[in-house]
Amino acid sequence: MDAVEVDRLRVVRGGKAVLPAITLTVESGAVTGLLGPSGSGKTTLMRAIVGVQRVHGGTVRVLGADAGSPPLRRRVAYVTQAPSVYTDLTLLENLAYFAHVLDVPEQRVEQALDVVGLSPLRNRVVRTFSGGELSRASLATALLGDPELLVLDEPTVGLDPVLRRDLWRTFRELAEAGRTLLVSSHVMDEADRCDRLLLLRDGMLLADETPASLRARTGCDRLDAAFLALVAAA
Amino acid sequence: MTLATAERVLRQLRRDPRTLALVFLVPPLLITLFRYVFDSRPAIFDRVGGPMVGIFPFSLMFVITSIAMLRERTSGTLERLMSMPLAKLDLLVGYGLAFAAVAAIQASVTAGVAFGLLGLDVNGPVWVVVLLAIANAVLGMSLGLFVSAFARTEFQAVQFMPAVVFPQLLLCGLIQPRTDMAHPLRVISYALPLTWAFDALDHAVKGGAGGVVARDAAIVLGITAAALAAGATTLRRRTA
Repeated sequence: MDAVEVDRLRVVRGGKAVLPAITLTVESGAVTGLLGPSGSGKTTLMRAIVGVQRVHGGTVRVLGADAGSPPLRRRVAYVTQAPSVYTDLTLLENLAYFAHVLDVPEQRVEQALDVVGLSPLRNRVVRTFSGGELSRASLATALLGDPELLVLDEPTVGLDPVLRRDLWRTFRELAEAGRTLLVSSHVMDEADRCDRLLLLRDGMLLADETPASLRARTGCDRLDAAFLALVAAA
Repeated sequence: MTLATAERVLRQLRRDPRTLALVFLVPPLLITLFRYVFDSRPAIFDRVGGPMVGIFPFSLMFVITSIAMLRERTSGTLERLMSMPLAKLDLLVGYGLAFAAVAAIQASVTAGVAFGLLGLDVNGPVWVVVLLAIANAVLGMSLGLFVSAFARTEFQAVQFMPAVVFPQLLLCGLIQPRTDMAHPLRVISYALPLTWAFDALDHAVKGGAGGVVARDAAIVLGITAAALAAGATTLRRRTA
């Protein structure tokens, strides 16, 4: 079963075809890594899947419905690179508000805080948070609705190695609980933590496979070398 | 959900005591200043003071809303809300309720100072002035919300104050009766929201013209609804 089906999706931004005509799927209940250099169209693709991107052709189906259609607004959550929380409120006030908007019970707030490990900071005003705390606060907000599909845009940027490991552990647990995760990164060492990889370059899909098959196909042991080999061959 | 949004907006304001102090203290200070600038001509204060109480909330809520909404747009919180099951109207009405509450306090404080301490003398009932002040606040909010879509930075947003509010202040009849203006200006003034807001206040403080006040108030509410609807179209679930 595929959680996401993108068919010949075309997105033009500022006169440039960021995604000329991309076709791909995202497997259900797995962690899919969306990798590629900056400017390769990762964010645009994610925004199209969430349904906040104006598109110019093709179709995007998510969990059996059109991307961005009203029933999906509870089932899909999106974490942007910007923290997207109210910095002049406390973490708890932020989560309580978004829980209200999502119409989920208050106890979801505690659960979300636990998952991201921010319970001790609940009463602090978000403005005082460090970069890593901010991105975890944003992730907690996304987890509130217990979404079936989580789309995370570079969630580990600027995090120290311990936090990164913890977050990837969280992603794995969510996938084991049946959630689908699409996680973008431009750090190749995170690719190994994914079940499947989508490699993007200049809006084109260079690879759609498991880390193991990517290694086998390119004969490279390291994934960043494998990626470079694909780029050279393309 | 509307109430949750209103509560959230009020919480944000409460976290910013300096802004709150400015909101509640600047209008009474300005009206005091006005009173003593025209110390030797109390008739002018009596003519303009009442409408001023009702017009402060308009300009203030205009600028506060345009910046607050711009922040929602630039911080990504608006995009997050738009990807959630929140109706646009819930967000707009939530903002409206929160700012109407602030405007009610602001107008009451200003009215208290003007009528209580400064001896402002009007014929009409004071509560009508306060009610009109709240309506004007919501009008300012809805216009601020709409224009915020055309600002990319806070620098631009604050410039909308002189660009959008000042001409209306000049033309609404507060500075000079509209009948004394050059003809083209008077024609233009009919199209400006603040003209009707001022006209309602002007008649309310003079007393005895309930029909005109009600008509003008209805026009103000109509413009508010139209600006909110226009503002709603600027909140897009999908953006380029």
